[in-house]
Amino acid sequence: MSVFDILFCVVALVTVGSAAIVVLSRSLIYSAFALLFTFFGVAIVYVLLGADFLAATQVLIYVGGILILLLFGVMLTHRLYNLDLKTDTFQLIPGMLIAFAVFTSLALVATQTRWNLVPEKQISPTTETIGRLFMQEYLLPFETASILLLVALIGAAMLVRRRSDV
Amino acid sequence: MITLQHYLLLSAALFSLGIFGVLTRKNAVNVLMGIELILNSANINLIAFSRYSSHGLDGQMFAVFVIVVAAAEVAVALAIVLTMYRLLKTVSLDRADTLRR
Repeated sequence: MSVFDILFCVVALVTVGSAAIVVLSRSLIYSAFALLFTFFGVAIVYVLLGADFLAATQVLIYVGGILILLLFGVMLTHRLYNLDLKTDTFQLIPGMLIAFAVFTSLALVATQTRWNLVPEKQISPTTETIGRLFMQEYLLPFETASILLLVALIGAAMLVRRRSDV
Repeated sequence: MITLQHYLLLSAALFSLGIFGVLTRKNAVNVLMGIELILNSANINLIAFSRYSSHGLDGQMFAVFVIVVAAAEVAVALAIVLTMYRLLKTVSLDRADTLRR
């Protein structure tokens, strides 16, 4: 086993382990902090796959944006003196069965399919290529995404405003 | 030797954990965390295929758009959760059953 393989195994273990804490822990705060490690683990997996720009984006948007937003959600939807922040679970057995079935089928597909692979490409910086693709081939999706973000922003502000000034 | 299959297995594990979280958690914010896990596992798949196939960086471009949609989704979803808390004084999903009564 090379250093790369060992690194991948450690990162995969940390990622899956903290993802398990996210969905199994009874405390919301523990879940949120385990999600932090999952996001960082996924960012390192991106680095191992040679996607440097996406790793940086993952850290910026998921850790810096989405996780903070989720923590706000946790804080704002509980009374502040209620510090234990426990969460209940239901449908445990069906959920476990479905999750296990999904994992089994996905793992079978991943291992049994004959993937049409090319030899590993040399890892090179991707940011410049991604920037060019955004401004050329993907210009329309890029603009659509910006409109989507604007609509989501206005919609979110619309949903949570006070009802008195309707 | 790490191959495509290892990445696919990692993302399958993340995906099924996310499904489990979405199905079993009562707290709406916790369900959102499960959805984030699912989107992340999809991204790992996209980037792994982008590395091990001959299609250039198309997979990474898709992953960027997935991240954008995830950001928009979590903003709107949290707005809905906050509105639900204001109306029902709880974010427990089994208490949001007004339509069933």
